[in-house]
Amino acid sequence: MLRVMIVELGHFTLILALMLAALQAVVPLVGAHKGWRGWMAMAGPAATAQFLCIALSFTALTYAFVTSDFSLKLVMENSHTLKPMLYKVSGVWGNHEGSMLLWVLILALFGASAHWFGGALPERLKARVLSVQAMIGVAFLAFILFTSNPFLRLAEPPFDGQDLNPLLQDPGLAFHPPFLYLGYVGLSMAFSFAVAALIEGRVDAAWARWVRPWTLAAWMFLTVGIALGSWWAYYELGWGGFWFWDPVENASFMPWLIAAALLHSAIVVEKREALKSWTILLAILAFGFSLIGTFIVRSGIITSVHAFANDPERGIFILAILAVFIGGALTLFAARAGTMEAKGVFAMVSRESALVMNNVLLAVAAFVVFVGTLWPLVAELAFDRKLSVGAPFFNQAFTPFMLILAAILPVGAIMPWKRARIERSLKPLYPALILAIAFGALAFAVGTDRSALAPVGVALGTWLIAGSAVELWQRAGRKAARLARLPRADWGKAAAHSGLGVTFIGIACLMAWDVEDIRVAQLGETFTVGGYDITLDGVERVEGPNYFSTLATIRMARDGREVAVLHPEKRVYPVAAMPTTEAAIANGVWRDLYLVIGDEQANGGWAVRTYIKPFANWIWAGAIIMALGGVLSLSDRRYRVAAGARKAPAMAQPAE
Amino acid sequence: MRWMILALSLLAVPAFAVQPDEILDDPALEARARELSKGLRCLVCRNENIDESNADLARDLRLLVRERLVAGDSDDEVIAYLVDRFGEYVLLQPTASGENLILWVAGPAMLLVALAGAGIYLRRRKAAPDAAPAPLSEAEKARLAEILNE
Repeated sequence: MLRVMIVELGHFTLILALMLAALQAVVPLVGAHKGWRGWMAMAGPAATAQFLCIALSFTALTYAFVTSDFSLKLVMENSHTLKPMLYKVSGVWGNHEGSMLLWVLILALFGASAHWFGGALPERLKARVLSVQAMIGVAFLAFILFTSNPFLRLAEPPFDGQDLNPLLQDPGLAFHPPFLYLGYVGLSMAFSFAVAALIEGRVDAAWARWVRPWTLAAWMFLTVGIALGSWWAYYELGWGGFWFWDPVENASFMPWLIAAALLHSAIVVEKREALKSWTILLAILAFGFSLIGTFIVRSGIITSVHAFANDPERGIFILAILAVFIGGALTLFAARAGTMEAKGVFAMVSRESALVMNNVLLAVAAFVVFVGTLWPLVAELAFDRKLSVGAPFFNQAFTPFMLILAAILPVGAIMPWKRARIERSLKPLYPALILAIAFGALAFAVGTDRSALAPVGVALGTWLIAGSAVELWQRAGRKAARLARLPRADWGKAAAHSGLGVTFIGIACLMAWDVEDIRVAQLGETFTVGGYDITLDGVERVEGPNYFSTLATIRMARDGREVAVLHPEKRVYPVAAMPTTEAAIANGVWRDLYLVIGDEQANGGWAVRTYIKPFANWIWAGAIIMALGGVLSLSDRRYRVAAGARKAPAMAQPAE
Repeated sequence: MRWMILALSLLAVPAFAVQPDEILDDPALEARARELSKGLRCLVCRNENIDESNADLARDLRLLVRERLVAGDSDDEVIAYLVDRFGEYVLLQPTASGENLILWVAGPAMLLVALAGAGIYLRRRKAAPDAAPAPLSEAEKARLAEILNE
């Protein structure tokens, strides 16, 4: 009885949240327009109440998953009694309906945080921001209730469920969606601030200072989310690929690029009161790309035009949301952008101009990803050509922008505001330049393939890291004692930029020097790959909680010394009737040893794949360093004082 | 449970990517086959190339590519052979022909437009008179004092 009640209560509070959001969307907006303080003051408590309602709803759904309540259609389709507890919980968002509930939960969390930490915001701006945030909430709550209700019941509940896709039963993927959504949805704050500023007709340094922490937090979460997804692909898919240029990946990458551009242009607004209308446009576009991403992932249109045509309801609903919000915001932008006059004056060569270049490169790079992702759809609908756009296209069309960006980044970062001279800015960077060229040459000498990939990647990565170090040193007036007293924002900037460098080195080395070996190995036989002696010791069949596994024991030695004993697995999940590979990886700073066990061969022995992946972990380590840079920046004093975020929104965690 | 493990292990489990029995004896030919495979789409998968895909169809295509190479086809001939049979959908890198030129030109063209826009903006910023910042209002002054005293 209690079980039934809790779930129904969750359904009820979800409907209540929709009504609250509708109120919160209208009342404060009218209040702000008329100058009625009571109406404006309603926004904050409504945001808190809306968040609590959705949190309750989400808890109820989690409860249904944890207690395996198969009278809920969603639980039946995505869970199983034998599933480990972690995956019962992560199963809540491992499906369409639940993931949308998580989406609105995070949306409401950001709205409520703007109230909780936004004490210093002018009341009119705050009312408008919360109102816009609630409009987005109304749209998505209606989407859930009318097209994707997670609380639908089954008339005759079965004894057991159909299990979660085994590929999703993995710790990396359990936490990938929450982080990604914190990023996607976090950009709604930038959007709400932008629309509120357009309604207000006023953008100034204070506005930029309020909007930047939210963007920074969203970007940071996106970074972690994307890195988790890529890391998951690396160890789970069985051959160590880390990025596929899949439409779903691109959907998260485009907002990341635009958010990165927005972070930088907001600095110009904050420090120099220029680039105002462009920053507003970026804020709209950043959330626009989040919505496009949600559309791509949730409608399935890119993967199959036909699947979309058969069941267009959800896709069209999200498309309508996209059209209303982005169309509306852009119309407002067209009407009001002229009123945002810039104040700061600067020369052609200056920090401002460098940041404009940063924005040009990031925005065009995002545009390339956008065109490439949508091109198959356009070609099919407009030209009746059925074609694919895959990794080779993106590698060629996207990479040049990142190379140019990395090449100019350290110089731009060290330039002074207003007026700079390239020679003067370059001078302190000479040691970094020499170091970069030296490491690039080293990479060229070590590589046997004589390709440009590794030397260029290593040189640019070193240039970024050393350039950041030089910049910190300059900022501290070349005195070690002063380094510790630099503002945290300086450290954050240096960390984020060197993180990018670390990722550059990782990608370049991994792609250039990856060693692969595929063979049939007999039990007890030793073979050599890239200097490692590898012995297949044994293969046994074992039983997991909800799968059967073929588990191999493989020893790896180098120069007669044992380096690692690895246990790659091949699993079969009987309920979902799906096999998965579980690669065994010996992680290292300089290389990963990556082993996969394949099928037993008809004439004895097992298929074994061995990969040696140099610098693989640098890719994700770089992403983590970038995210840490974001955390450092968020904790900077200037945001704690007087800014919209008294406490860093980095503290925000997904409830439950 | 034992019988179940046995039954499951007998089930036709899809093979994982390139299998040892597919590999050609001639390392030069095999290297070409791998390189070609990376640019060919597994037709039933989502954006995956045949070199990485686990699908049966991908295995068939891998074997087909190797068959053509052993028969003495050049790389271009192998590609042409596959496009003939499966259409340009099989190419992960779209050809730079016809309407596809839009796709290839879009990035560089946008870069030029953006650079021109940025150039015009920067030129204007340079020429603009340096507007004196508006003086603080009484309320702002009070708030500033409050912040500084914190």
